Amino acid sequence: MIGNDRLAVRKTYKLYVNGAFPRSESGRTYEVTDAKGHFLANAARASRKDARDAVVAARGAFAKWSGATAYNRGQVLYRVAEVMEGRHAQFCEEVAAGEGLSASKARAAVDAAIDRWVWYAGWTDKLGAVLGGANPVAGPYFDFSTPEPTGVVAVLAPQQSSLLGLVSVLAPVLATGNTAVVVTSKDRPLPAVTLAEVLATSDVPGGVVNLLTGDAEELGTWLAEHADVDGIDLTGAPLNRAMEFEREAAGTIKRVVRPPATEPDWTADPGLTRMTPFLETKTVWHPIGL
Amino acid sequence: MTHVLDPDALSDDARALSVPLPPYRDVTRSDSAFRAFLHGLPGVDQVGAEARVAQLGTRSIKTTSKAWAIDTAISMVDLTTLEGADTPGKVRSLAAKAMRPDPTDPSCPRVAAVCVYGDLAGVAREALGDSGVHVAAVATAFPSGRASRAVKLADVRDAVQNGADEIDMVIDRGAFLSGRYLDVYEEIVAVKEACGEAHLKVILETGELVTLDNVRRASWIAMLAGGDFIKTSTGKVSPAATLPVGLVMLEAVRDFRVATGRQVGFKPAGGIRTTKDAVKHLVLINETVGRDWLDPGWFRFGASSLLNDLLLQRQKLRTGHYSGPDHVSVD
Repeated sequence: MIGNDRLAVRKTYKLYVNGAFPRSESGRTYEVTDAKGHFLANAARASRKDARDAVVAARGAFAKWSGATAYNRGQVLYRVAEVMEGRHAQFCEEVAAGEGLSASKARAAVDAAIDRWVWYAGWTDKLGAVLGGANPVAGPYFDFSTPEPTGVVAVLAPQQSSLLGLVSVLAPVLATGNTAVVVTSKDRPLPAVTLAEVLATSDVPGGVVNLLTGDAEELGTWLAEHADVDGIDLTGAPLNRAMEFEREAAGTIKRVVRPPATEPDWTADPGLTRMTPFLETKTVWHPIGL
Repeated sequence: MTHVLDPDALSDDARALSVPLPPYRDVTRSDSAFRAFLHGLPGVDQVGAEARVAQLGTRSIKTTSKAWAIDTAISMVDLTTLEGADTPGKVRSLAAKAMRPDPTDPSCPRVAAVCVYGDLAGVAREALGDSGVHVAAVATAFPSGRASRAVKLADVRDAVQNGADEIDMVIDRGAFLSGRYLDVYEEIVAVKEACGEAHLKVILETGELVTLDNVRRASWIAMLAGGDFIKTSTGKVSPAATLPVGLVMLEAVRDFRVATGRQVGFKPAGGIRTTKDAVKHLVLINETVGRDWLDPGWFRFGASSLLNDLLLQRQKLRTGHYSGPDHVSVD
């Protein structure tokens, strides 16, 4: 019999790096509260060394993930959406608490997030046809252009939209074959933690996605400077630091997605705008036989 | 243990080719005397050794100390390639890397030596010229050591003739594990003689010696026989250079110098891949044998991938941001 006097199970969540759930190397945690300021859980506060480890993991996973066939990547991502659907109620609860939404609005956000993930899963094997192709040349050879993933992409996830926003920036990075190091929303990290549990129990290889809960302002600079990060999405960066991050990223010629002045409406159709920034176009000249 | 009376035990017929330094002149006079000496060495407390290295491994080496440790470690690397697929081209590019580990930074020290198979020692010698980087060659039927002594000695002479000034030999583990310690000793003595001027590093292959007591015994055999260095492993057997093994071997070289006055070097090889591993070894040296060994003349790392990690850490300290594998050479 469990009465009302049952002790609450207070949770202290961990990071998601290389397919495992380590504590922060620094041992730091911080309190996560709901929109009204009530305690929800403790989250790990990632440090620069956690970011470094995450980049190593993402680099290690890149060859396999980018080398998988587009069809296979689509299957794997679709499976993520399936597992998210199984956690639907948990996501709703966390989004409602963190963002202060009504139950119906939270449900709409979660539905949209899962649909967005499925949408991106469908794109994996169509990108080549849409963004690449045979180029018309006047000569005795073929000329093809194909989109290829950039590499390790650091993502500073949106601070406001904790699930739909996160999915909208993460899924396109994965669908195009990149691996990701994500710094979640600082004040609303719980849907990201649950997404980490979803990723860990689906078919995504360890290291392809690494989720760091913590402060984008603190971690952003290390990721922007890191020579082994090939691209950075600054969507969740504090606006007063974004320019600085961009300058640091330029030191190693990273691809940069600039932050919008205010967080966009994530329910809008994203088009290809979030997939093209982290693709390289490879063009091959090929002689015609005979 | 039952001691079988050795027929040679009392007849001093000088089976050994040379006599160890005093006060150990008579320990190799017979199989049984040598066995009695080696088994009379103090036993190793394995739990204690593991606890000691675990405790030393927690030392935090930061900022200027870390910069010093990285540069020191780079200067101690025996940059190694020991693959069946080694080509002269690969050895030349390794030699270039040995002389200028970080082409973007002239202040980066060069490594201590390039370690190759004997037949490629000539290529390495030619590529390194008078840069001061040594050429080490593995010999004596590396890595198994399973060949007759004549073949092993021919292997050594060949490597020396090809230009190697350091020879890494393997001991006969089969003889050691079956208790024929004097055979092991005599073979090392013979190899040392075949080396001529070249320095001799004796590989114990500790991963096959089973116990730390055996590691201590093998270390003493190698030192008594005249080895200039004792080296943990070939890198072909796992586990290779673990810290407890390093501790036991370092205690052996320390005790040997106290007893005989001759200093022997130490080279851990195999399994040391990160800067952190290297720094742990440097701490172990400093705390076990002291600063006298913190010099490329007395301490080496046998490694291949370690150098790149050291360079990445060095770049991190120099530039303030993390570097990546795209910024060091592939080898």
